[in-house]
Amino acid sequence: MSEFSPNLIVLEDHLRGGESLSLVLRRGYSLRLTDLEGGANVAALFYNAEEKLERYNMADTLKAQHIFYLTQGYVCYSDMGRILVSLTADTCGWHDTVCGVSNAALVQEKYGEGSYQELRNDFYRNGRDRFLIELGKWGLGKRDLVANVNFFSKVAADAEGNLNFHAGFSPPGAYVDLRAEMDVLMVLHTCPHPLDPGPRYAPKPAALTVWESGPGGDPDDPCRLSRPENARGFVNTTRHFCQSHRH
Amino acid sequence: MLTISPFDPAHALYDQVVPSGESWMYPLDAGQTLRIIDLEGNQAVDTLFYNAHDPSERYSATDTIRAQSHLYLTTGTRLMSSEGRVMGIITADTCGRHDTLGGACAAESNQVRYALEKRYMHNCRDSFLLALASWGHGFDKRDIPSNINFFMNVPVTPEGRLTFEDGLSEPGKYIELNAAMDLIVLVSNCPQLNNPCNAYNPTPVRMLIWDAA
Repeated sequence: MSEFSPNLIVLEDHLRGGESLSLVLRRGYSLRLTDLEGGANVAALFYNAEEKLERYNMADTLKAQHIFYLTQGYVCYSDMGRILVSLTADTCGWHDTVCGVSNAALVQEKYGEGSYQELRNDFYRNGRDRFLIELGKWGLGKRDLVANVNFFSKVAADAEGNLNFHAGFSPPGAYVDLRAEMDVLMVLHTCPHPLDPGPRYAPKPAALTVWESGPGGDPDDPCRLSRPENARGFVNTTRHFCQSHRH
Repeated sequence: MLTISPFDPAHALYDQVVPSGESWMYPLDAGQTLRIIDLEGNQAVDTLFYNAHDPSERYSATDTIRAQSHLYLTTGTRLMSSEGRVMGIITADTCGRHDTLGGACAAESNQVRYALEKRYMHNCRDSFLLALASWGHGFDKRDIPSNINFFMNVPVTPEGRLTFEDGLSEPGKYIELNAAMDLIVLVSNCPQLNNPCNAYNPTPVRMLIWDAA
């Protein structure tokens, strides 16, 4: 039972464009990210909240599921062979996994100078700095920063491997549901995608809704059935979680 | 792009064979050139780079992909750091395509990909962890981001499928890179026995280093 249910909502929040946030999503809870205006980018990293050395692993996620992007039915793996979150619903269809985030130099090069002194809280925030700020709140730093997911951004490759950013891919109201299969530290920001060719610094907002969904991994769970690898991933996750949480 | 190197192995200042299943961690100074030779063909060489003076700056697959707007590595590819700086440039390549999406095998990812019973098998992440622990200086698991797989062919389809194809490499093919900063290079010569990409037969590679010409 992971369908979205308004009766079970425990948190509603909102990120302005360029804002960042970190939160622990406990096993059995789900987060819906909503692209309010269309064209948002929500960059995300996931850590085991108990032992933050265990973290989202882009390569293990892609090669376990033979994919290059995320959508409904797929899961995000940690480097320890366990499932951090499952994508239980998605109206968008493609979330980038390989392009990483912008940094200060890239943002200045693309958009020009956008200092706090001049623009106050509309200053040009960049993805790497936002991640470092949020990670710092949990005692984490540069060495904990790894390849992230960019929700709502589509970047496809041609046969030669050249990348193409699909501008305006995500429509207003698009959402993706992330179900926590472990206690997950989620680090999020809404800075523009690093390959977004738009000439103006105009990061878009996103809504966050957390509800008590129950965990996944049942025998008929579509995320478990989507790949034989995922059945093993859920076994690994259950074994780990049952060892560390006796209740 | 296929390119041949002008360097002569007879003049290399370092020449070492690394068997499969072994790690290799070695400094590479700015200006020096490292050649990795796939001695028997289709061997995966899992590789990471660190800034020798501040290892929190390290190879970044996402920055490398983003900076080139391209998925695969070959001659001319700038190997980018987590700080967005060039760590090295691929200066010669007789293979033509190298992967940076597939990452390293691990006991745990082998369980997921192949079978829960595969946990005992030797793997690249174990080699990375042991090499980092042996090197010391504070290196640990946090210093293992997504790596390069030299000589591996992991094409992505326009529909977004990730496929593991037979390698393009053959015995004697090599990759060469020139260091743009003082580096520490970390290699795991992959021991994977479950994947047909290396014909289930991990084999040795040869490392050569030359000083700036």
